[in-house]
Amino acid sequence: MNGSAASSRSASAILTLPRRLAAFRTEGFPLIPIAILMTVMLVALFANVIAPHNPEVGVLGDRFRPPAWQASGTIDHLLGTDHLGRDVLSRLIFGARISVIVGLTVVIVAGCLGTALGIISGYLGRWVDQIIMRITDAWLALPVLTFAIFLAAIVGPSVSNIIVILAAVYWTRYARITRGEVLSVRERDFVRLAVVAGCSKWTIMRRHILPNVINSAIVLATLQLGQAIIAEATLSFLGVGVPPPQPAWGLMLADGKKGLMAGYWWLTVLPGSCIMLMVLSANLLGDWLRVKFDPQLRQL
Amino acid sequence: MKKYIVKRLGLALISLLLLSITIFLLMRITGDPAVLLAEPGASAADLDAIRQQFGLDRPLWTQYVSFLTHLLRGDFGQSFYYRTDVFELYLSRLPASLLLASAAMAFSLLVGIPTGIIAAVRVNQWWDSGGKIFALLGLSMPSFWVGLLMILFFSVYLGWLPSSGSGTVFHLVMPAISLGWLFAAVHMRLTRSSMLDVLGSEYVKLARLKGLPEALVISKHAFKNALIPVLTLAGINLVIMVNVAVVVETVFAWPGVGRLLYEGIAFRDFPVVQATVLLGGVMIVVVNLLVDILYAVIDPRIRYEG
Repeated sequence: MNGSAASSRSASAILTLPRRLAAFRTEGFPLIPIAILMTVMLVALFANVIAPHNPEVGVLGDRFRPPAWQASGTIDHLLGTDHLGRDVLSRLIFGARISVIVGLTVVIVAGCLGTALGIISGYLGRWVDQIIMRITDAWLALPVLTFAIFLAAIVGPSVSNIIVILAAVYWTRYARITRGEVLSVRERDFVRLAVVAGCSKWTIMRRHILPNVINSAIVLATLQLGQAIIAEATLSFLGVGVPPPQPAWGLMLADGKKGLMAGYWWLTVLPGSCIMLMVLSANLLGDWLRVKFDPQLRQL
Repeated sequence: MKKYIVKRLGLALISLLLLSITIFLLMRITGDPAVLLAEPGASAADLDAIRQQFGLDRPLWTQYVSFLTHLLRGDFGQSFYYRTDVFELYLSRLPASLLLASAAMAFSLLVGIPTGIIAAVRVNQWWDSGGKIFALLGLSMPSFWVGLLMILFFSVYLGWLPSSGSGTVFHLVMPAISLGWLFAAVHMRLTRSSMLDVLGSEYVKLARLKGLPEALVISKHAFKNALIPVLTLAGINLVIMVNVAVVVETVFAWPGVGRLLYEGIAFRDFPVVQATVLLGGVMIVVVNLLVDILYAVIDPRIRYEG
């Protein structure tokens, strides 16, 4: 026992860096997911610098070109071209921008709205609580996807509409969870002291309650990021999301269906892999945050 | 008990009322409902006729009342594309959707429950990690992409399974798996956590103290009790599956209600879209209500809390 401990200590003296990385791994620090998310954000931010071609304009003579490593592929189109001869790599790069914008905005808008309503509902109580929670419950009972499709179908496809629609269906869970936490926080001594000290209800909610419930909202937001991205891809795939010719990953999958039976795999495999990588990373990060911040949130 | 059921019933009615009000208002706020209700390319005279027919010139609340009474009579209007009653159209598509959802449910339970149990019995061993990866993938891949990948692999490259349509068991395999994977992940996670709870309970400890073989403890004592929450969730999920199947049905051209919704959007057949969303909402609200009541019957504590 002692011998093995001593030998591992001496090994750690030599292999400091790998040991440190291993320590990160044992704590479950999601290094790879964070790296992937950061990369996607950077790609989204600098899309117009990185992308080799215009994502919305193609050369019809170059349509359905396979990736560079296949027989008829060219270096010019590293990941091939689609049914209109547009460069797949450039579309993937600009697609990251839409996924990041939609995902983050939805989660932030829904999170702010839901958390605010949850705090108001939980702190003010009585009829305010009754009204907000009845609406939340009724809203929670609706089929999210079909309802979003319905909304998208009547207001028409556009990036801003998608954001409003998804935020409108995702705020409810924040409201439910925040309210539950506020109910216990408001009975704590520091809140009572603030009441005695003459703070207004608004100040108490903002300065004393909010900082104590924000962790759960952040965890939920991270876990919902993936859902929002999948929802956007789904709406775009069905033709009620991001309008063509914009390069969204879901839209690329819808276009890719045209070449599926001919075996043009790159049009289906690549955009889907991007969605999966990003959602997987967000889920892993969310799982880690959940355990880190609050083990009580396991059932989220 | 009676009071509890009445209260839940009231909440369900509020949900349905809110759904109908939202859909009604959205149609009127977002533009001219006559344009939505008219066939694409209708003339100005046609639009006027529709305004007359639906009373769109009357005050909003009278319009809503007539909207609601039509719905309660099962009158969801006529489909522009199929030229038939929308409600009948929906009912004619429902069996296909239920068949797909049942197959997907069977897949999700057959995969989710055993992997969940093994993961719980062998915590932190390779099987547990394997199950976690399977669940994470299921939660991270859009179901329609799973479908597209399977078409690419099993239909285009291997030529084993038909890529679209319905009729035989072979048509059902890929849609059921792509729809069921996400739910298999959910059922696996729930089985695992529920099984872990039960394995830590007093009666399982007692069974072990009696000297029963571990296999018998798991199969006879733990398994049955761990399954209750999973099967309850599966009941709700069956209805949710019918409603989220729209993308999978679109990918595989499966003739269910999801495909109907997609066609409604593609052909701008608004009555169809409206009816599909409303009826989907009704199904989910009703199932949630049934589950709430069922829970109250099983667990008396719930009756007094809510």
